[in-house]
Amino acid sequence: MRGVRWLLLKDLQILRRSPLQAVLLVAYPILIAVLVGFAISRGPEDPRVAFLNEVPPNTRINVGGGALPKANVKERICKRVECIFVGDREEAEEKVESGDVLAALVLPADLVNKINSLSTLTPGVPEVEVLVNEENAVKAELVDDRITSLLAQANLAIARRIGAEGGRYLGLLVNGGQFSVLGETIQILGLRTTARILESVTPALPRDLRPALEEVTEFAAQARDNLNVAKPLIDRLAQPIAVDKVVVGGESPPLEIFAIAVAATLTLAFVVVLLVAGSLALEREENAFSRLTRGLVSTSGLLGEKVLLGTAVGLLVTLLMLLGMRFFVPLELDRVGLWLVAILFSGAALGAAGAALGAAAREVRAVSLLAFMVTLPVAFLSLVPSGAVSPAAFDAIRYLTALFPFKPALQAITAALDEAGPGIGGPLLHLAVLFVAYALIARLALRRFATV
Amino acid sequence: MRAENVVKRFGEREALRGVSFEAAAGDRVAVIGPNGAGKTTLLSILAGISKLDEGAVSSTSGEVGWVPQQAALYRRLTVEENLLLFARLEGHEDPRASAAEMLELTGLRERRGEIVARLSGGNQQRINIAIGLLSRPAVLLLDEPSVGLDPRQRSRLWEFVSALADRGTTVIFSTHDIQEAERYGGRLLVLADGEALFDGPPVKLREAVRREAPEAADRDFETAFVAYLHHRGH
Repeated sequence: MRGVRWLLLKDLQILRRSPLQAVLLVAYPILIAVLVGFAISRGPEDPRVAFLNEVPPNTRINVGGGALPKANVKERICKRVECIFVGDREEAEEKVESGDVLAALVLPADLVNKINSLSTLTPGVPEVEVLVNEENAVKAELVDDRITSLLAQANLAIARRIGAEGGRYLGLLVNGGQFSVLGETIQILGLRTTARILESVTPALPRDLRPALEEVTEFAAQARDNLNVAKPLIDRLAQPIAVDKVVVGGESPPLEIFAIAVAATLTLAFVVVLLVAGSLALEREENAFSRLTRGLVSTSGLLGEKVLLGTAVGLLVTLLMLLGMRFFVPLELDRVGLWLVAILFSGAALGAAGAALGAAAREVRAVSLLAFMVTLPVAFLSLVPSGAVSPAAFDAIRYLTALFPFKPALQAITAALDEAGPGIGGPLLHLAVLFVAYALIARLALRRFATV
Repeated sequence: MRAENVVKRFGEREALRGVSFEAAAGDRVAVIGPNGAGKTTLLSILAGISKLDEGAVSSTSGEVGWVPQQAALYRRLTVEENLLLFARLEGHEDPRASAAEMLELTGLRERRGEIVARLSGGNQQRINIAIGLLSRPAVLLLDEPSVGLDPRQRSRLWEFVSALADRGTTVIFSTHDIQEAERYGGRLLVLADGEALFDGPPVKLREAVRREAPEAADRDFETAFVAYLHHRGH
């Protein structure tokens, strides 16, 4: 134990004497972590879309000879994207080509006329024009998704207006009322009043004529009742399927807490794995390993010292980062005890994994590269949610990420930061098992690879 | 220090084939031989770093100090920090006094605050040896200690090592430099393909050459040595 203390002091002296390395070791993961945190916690900005409306002002969609009220399609679209209003098609094309806007949406002058023709014997095909610059596949995909979504919104708005007008006419047919057409106001009797009138005149008719009239009265009553049922159906036609979201599993904390947990775990993983693997490889690069293990310190003691060093530095850096993050997102300081437990368990398991990597290579550079090559993909794979890939691929990812401490560390830190998620016990147990497994692998690797 | 019938195998290959020898206090034994003869393997077994497959190694007089071929120290620490660290790891009661003693011994007292990486190869080797001496060993094992040193640094190194032997430390070193072995080794242990071909003073090796390869007897020591090896089938 005495040896571990002096080795720890020596490693801190070496770290202090390599300020660039120390700064890089701490600053680089923090920079990455903060960027990742922001990227996850902030949604994308509204895309900029050029908007050219060539439809003449005050042109309305007509249904049944009457103009529909404004559907506010332009306002609806511009609520979801940042509309850049342009004067003509050339300007729209120029903005798309220069990349100033993601796409241009052109509503042609005949759009409303073509919509109105849908209720005639010679229906046209209403079209809007979308100008895009498919300079890369991701951008093209984004534009397609956004425009499809925007047009679905516009279609929905128009369908709702038509549905509402249809419902109003149906109400007139059932209940009666006044209806304006070509400047004239027409009084509509309505099925309800018709049935009532017929019922009142039936007793005055000769007996042989009454059954026929009663059939008409019954028909009017049935028509009224059925049309009453039809009205909500017309309303639903605009949006036949409604979404009812029911959470059945996978309790999760708010997105910003998850983002902070991702950032903190990334920082901890890089600091601990790189430091432990690098400092262990340094012992061999400096040829000191054989001298140390000739009775000055045991192999387990040396591994323990490296894991302790990584965990201590990782704890400090991660705590500082979390406290700094409080400027962006409110974190509950009364859970700081759980933070410490989660970071210590995570640091120890990540440190043991780093020791296993460090034991397998002689040079610090090779080990650093190896640590990046292992940690980075595992970190990204750990963030893949279920359903994002095929079930078989997700199973493979789940098993793979369970073998490295990043995912349980992320789960433990997430649980420590917020009580909304799953409990912390499972991830801590997982980390403890991984710590033991990697410590054994590191010991074996040192024996196997540390020959003179 | 005594080695009896030491055998070491790496897979199918026998690196050492029943090597035996003894070294008494104050002896300076040079282990020489061509590449792959088993010099480093023998020294690392004597140091306890490698395990032997057969035979036995014993040291009756106490600690065995080990100085590996490449300096085993921390280049980002100062000379004094290195000595202090290893003195503490050795469990010295007064590590500062031990470090100061080694600084005197190596003549590096004036440079104790310098980062090791900035020192010459010769000075790094002196610290390397000083660390090997911290345990106050009765036997000091040095694996090719003069590799990479210029003639002046080599001369200072051997002065230092000879002084240790004069004070009673058993010094066993390996080298490729036959002239160096003849000059500083009181005894030569010749290894070839894991076998000990000769064990005795340089004068006796000359006599053996005269007997077995008379055509090379009057040539320089290195040529005579190569002829001897050739005559022995190596």
